[in-house]
Amino acid sequence: MPPGDARDPLRDLERRLAAAGRDDARKTPARGADNGTTGSLLAFAWRIGLELVVAVAVAMALGWAFDRWLGTRPWGMIVMFFLGVAAGMVNVWRTVAGMGMAVGYRQGGTGERRDGED
Amino acid sequence: MAIEIKPLEQFTIERLVPLHPFGIDASFTNAALMMTIAAAAVCLLVIAGARAKALVPGRWQSIAEIGYEFIADMVETNAGHGGMAYFPFVFTLFMFILLGNLLGLVPYSFTFTSHIIVTFALAAVVFVGVTIIGFARHGLHFLSLFAPHGVPVALLVLLIPIELLSYFIRPFTLSIRLFANMLAGHTMLAIFAGFAASVPLFGILPLGVDVLLYFLELLVAVLQAYVFAILTCLYLRDALHLH
Repeated sequence: MPPGDARDPLRDLERRLAAAGRDDARKTPARGADNGTTGSLLAFAWRIGLELVVAVAVAMALGWAFDRWLGTRPWGMIVMFFLGVAAGMVNVWRTVAGMGMAVGYRQGGTGERRDGED
Repeated sequence: MAIEIKPLEQFTIERLVPLHPFGIDASFTNAALMMTIAAAAVCLLVIAGARAKALVPGRWQSIAEIGYEFIADMVETNAGHGGMAYFPFVFTLFMFILLGNLLGLVPYSFTFTSHIIVTFALAAVVFVGVTIIGFARHGLHFLSLFAPHGVPVALLVLLIPIELLSYFIRPFTLSIRLFANMLAGHTMLAIFAGFAASVPLFGILPLGVDVLLYFLELLVAVLQAYVFAILTCLYLRDALHLH
């Protein structure tokens, strides 16, 4: 390689990369995008179901533990059941609203949350 | 003709090296072996990938760089300002779970992420860590996370328990999501493989289903590692910024 050409390989690579990028952009878009959304929507649906069920299950387990501890059967479990349903719904609503699994209603300071794309 | 199908046999824990210090069962099991292999594989991948330092990366360097940039980008956009301090943790977590999921798909190996105790331990580390970070950063002001802004006092009585509950549910949803996905997927693979083995001629059909399922499982393995990491980022964001 002549000494003056030290930067040439890089420039050549850049040119080839750009050409390859153009080729890729022409070929891929429709198929890839479609596959991505279908898969992630299914995962999203699973996640919402799980959110609701786990909230109720954990709340009722806590209620049962409270009852055992304080001897207030069955009131702890009943109260916690409704709280669990409420918490589950809040979580589902938040997930669907794209606000993530956040606790609290205030919006994030910088930019939008990018959640719910699993 | 009856071949017994045992789809759950693959999840059995076996003691490879029995160890009982102080009467505690701390045996080196097949799960521990796979965890060691996964951790070693992550180290090997990153170290081997970083060693070349080539301007135009080779295969291994490409893999390491893609993983690094993917997680760095995720942490930067999701954890918010100051979140990059926790990048090493999220990266380690992601790579460990990813390798665990993927290595588990190798026939005759063991999937440690299909055990709830493993995923729950990981989720608990995230949960406890995030809570500590929140209190360290904001002191008792961190508790304002549970009291939404501008809500009447009467409603707070109802809302605070709900918020507390949805906060404490986090480690459970985080761990159950990963565990259930891996368990269900691997059980399904084993069941269809069992069908393929027990049906004489048309076994080719369940075998075909199994091949397709395997590709789905590859997708799930990567997706669930991603979900675990991104939710960790979101929890970190809550602790760092209180919204």
